Amino acid sequence: MPRQRKPKLAVWKFASCDGCQLSLLDCEEELLAVVGEVEIAYFLEASRAVIKGPYDISLVEGSITTPHDEERIHQVRRMSKTVVTIGACATAGGIQALRNFTNVRDYIPLVYATPAFIHTLNKSTPIADHIFVDLELRGCPINKHQLVELLSAILNGRKPNLPQHSVCIECKQRGNVCVMVSQGLPCLGPVTQTGCDALCPEFLRGCFGCFGPKEMPNMASLASHWLKEGMAKPELVRRFRGFNAYAEPFRKESEAHEK
Amino acid sequence: MRSKKVAPRGRRAGGRVTHPTAPRLRRNQPQKKIVTPLPTVERVATGQIRNISVGALARVEGEGGIAIRLKGDVVQDVKVRIYEPPRFFEAFLRKRSYHEVPDITARICGICPVAYQTSSCQAIEHIFDVTVDGALRDLRRLLYCGEWIESHVLHIAMLHLPDFLGYEDAIQLSRAQPELVKAALRLKKIGNDVMVVVGGREIHPVNVRVGGFYRLPRLEQLRALVEPLRWALGTARELVRITAGLTFPDFTQDYEFVALRHPDEYPVHEGRIVSSKGVDIAVKDYESVFAEEHVEHSNALHSVRKGGGSYLVGPLARYNLNFDRLTPQAREAAEAAGLRPPVTNQFQSIIVRAIETVFAVEESLRIIEHYEPPAAASVPFQVREGIGMGCTEAPRGILYHRYKVDGHGLIQQAKIVPPTSQNLRTMESDLRAFATKHRHLPTDRLTWQCEQAVRNYDPCISCATHFLKLEVESP
Repeated sequence: MPRQRKPKLAVWKFASCDGCQLSLLDCEEELLAVVGEVEIAYFLEASRAVIKGPYDISLVEGSITTPHDEERIHQVRRMSKTVVTIGACATAGGIQALRNFTNVRDYIPLVYATPAFIHTLNKSTPIADHIFVDLELRGCPINKHQLVELLSAILNGRKPNLPQHSVCIECKQRGNVCVMVSQGLPCLGPVTQTGCDALCPEFLRGCFGCFGPKEMPNMASLASHWLKEGMAKPELVRRFRGFNAYAEPFRKESEAHEK
Repeated sequence: MRSKKVAPRGRRAGGRVTHPTAPRLRRNQPQKKIVTPLPTVERVATGQIRNISVGALARVEGEGGIAIRLKGDVVQDVKVRIYEPPRFFEAFLRKRSYHEVPDITARICGICPVAYQTSSCQAIEHIFDVTVDGALRDLRRLLYCGEWIESHVLHIAMLHLPDFLGYEDAIQLSRAQPELVKAALRLKKIGNDVMVVVGGREIHPVNVRVGGFYRLPRLEQLRALVEPLRWALGTARELVRITAGLTFPDFTQDYEFVALRHPDEYPVHEGRIVSSKGVDIAVKDYESVFAEEHVEHSNALHSVRKGGGSYLVGPLARYNLNFDRLTPQAREAAEAAGLRPPVTNQFQSIIVRAIETVFAVEESLRIIEHYEPPAAASVPFQVREGIGMGCTEAPRGILYHRYKVDGHGLIQQAKIVPPTSQNLRTMESDLRAFATKHRHLPTDRLTWQCEQAVRNYDPCISCATHFLKLEVESP
């Protein structure tokens, strides 16, 4: 039987730090295996060779922050069978979405002295605000093992196994002592989706929410606990405003305490 | 006309498919004052216009392009265009707490987060009058060496080497020389492993804080790095040998090299700022000597020396100014490669990166072998208001940070000058000189070599795009 053609993989970058694309190059041992299974058709960070679309799998990194990117993402969608957003920028708007809580116009006199040569939108928005997204991979940065799992799931036509429970569950599995209970450190673990192996508690610090909100997080409960422990409101707002600040549960909770 | 938008940016002279691509097309349309000459014209009778244009540079970090316009034998215009979207770090760092800064600035760059974390920590420690020394200082240096290994090997093997051997990418290279690519990937992974053990993870480490670390690395994990690092030392030396054997375009320039210099070590995270043309200042005086200028075709500012011109930071600058500080094996590898300073051909930066990889591996080994765990993971300090500066040697060159903090530890002002924006002006002058010198090459070949001339800088365009003048549109 003749061999079927390999699925074509494209990697697109919008506003981001490149870290999630780098995770793909960081799959050292797995990288060559993945490369064997797909045709890398468009991956500018790695190659100047470009193969025409349409593409079977498009990995999208970064958030939408310019009028041009707002249009470009639709072109990516049209050319792609499966669109996967990778990382906090693409799934939630990223750290640059902090501008969404203020008026970017207010930033200008603060930081920039003279008029502009380029355009920017006043919000940084996740990819799913613009197009239909088939699958998403959370994290700032993404977990490379989850990336390999996701790619192999797509290649084999199955659902990827990506847990949506909280960091706390993983933290208990690792046998960590709870940093919030034992040391009183503020920790976003109870409301944050797992994927990092409960890394921060392992390093004796509270979770700061790299993987965004877990499924059905109880934000109000965590906030009231922190307030009871004496955290000031401005700090509470900052805690919810990290790399996933614009993800709905985090955004709403931070806005509720802003007044 | 969907197909028109979607088709890759087509065939160029020579019939080779070069650069992309559809989704970028609109970038190339005139926007405000940015006039981009397109498309490429086949060469060339005397006096005819010829454009070398790369819409989107490949194998660099971030989004940028180049546009060169030749009229006959004269290069009329050179632009390195940076269109990476601005992310406004300096703006939203305001009113954040000092302890959040290393976590936030790490997100400027996924390839060199430790550089951002270390420069920010040092700037803030400068304000709080904290000295991180002894074993904690060593651990910081070790983490940074891990990043040098990871970043340098990524650039050498995956991004830069394919140019010299005529491949489009490391995937093609891996078909021709699988052992080489596998060894390089393993070497890069060892750099990542160092970052994981000390920093918690390789991209955006979580263990870095003002005053030191959240937790000390586990001793057994540190020791487990020794054996892979010994292997890495041999492999890095092999990389020096391989890169030194490449053929380099004849292209030397009179650069002003700027790097850190430390009394007794090769500069990574400490030192005075010195230059090959007489600068010798403390980090806090950086802004009295260097300044940024805004140009309209770039979303990143260009740095210049006040009253002077462009300058060069990065591997060549460090090497030329600190050759006498190299570790023994790195020195030996350099001698064997016959690469004596001053090195003035940026194409040879690939050899220097390999030599610096040997250094970083050797230094990592030294630190681990002499490591005695300190009493605490961080140095205590009192928050106070003030202004502080920090500067470290990111893999791509010096990275300067300045913060103003109030009495509650909240950031009032932030300034970040990444290495790539310091190099932008020099990158353009390189392109001008290179295109002038090699103008007789066929367009496709000249285009590729011009791209390569930019890749010599290992440009990190995401990093460079913070200082931005902008116009805001509502969605």
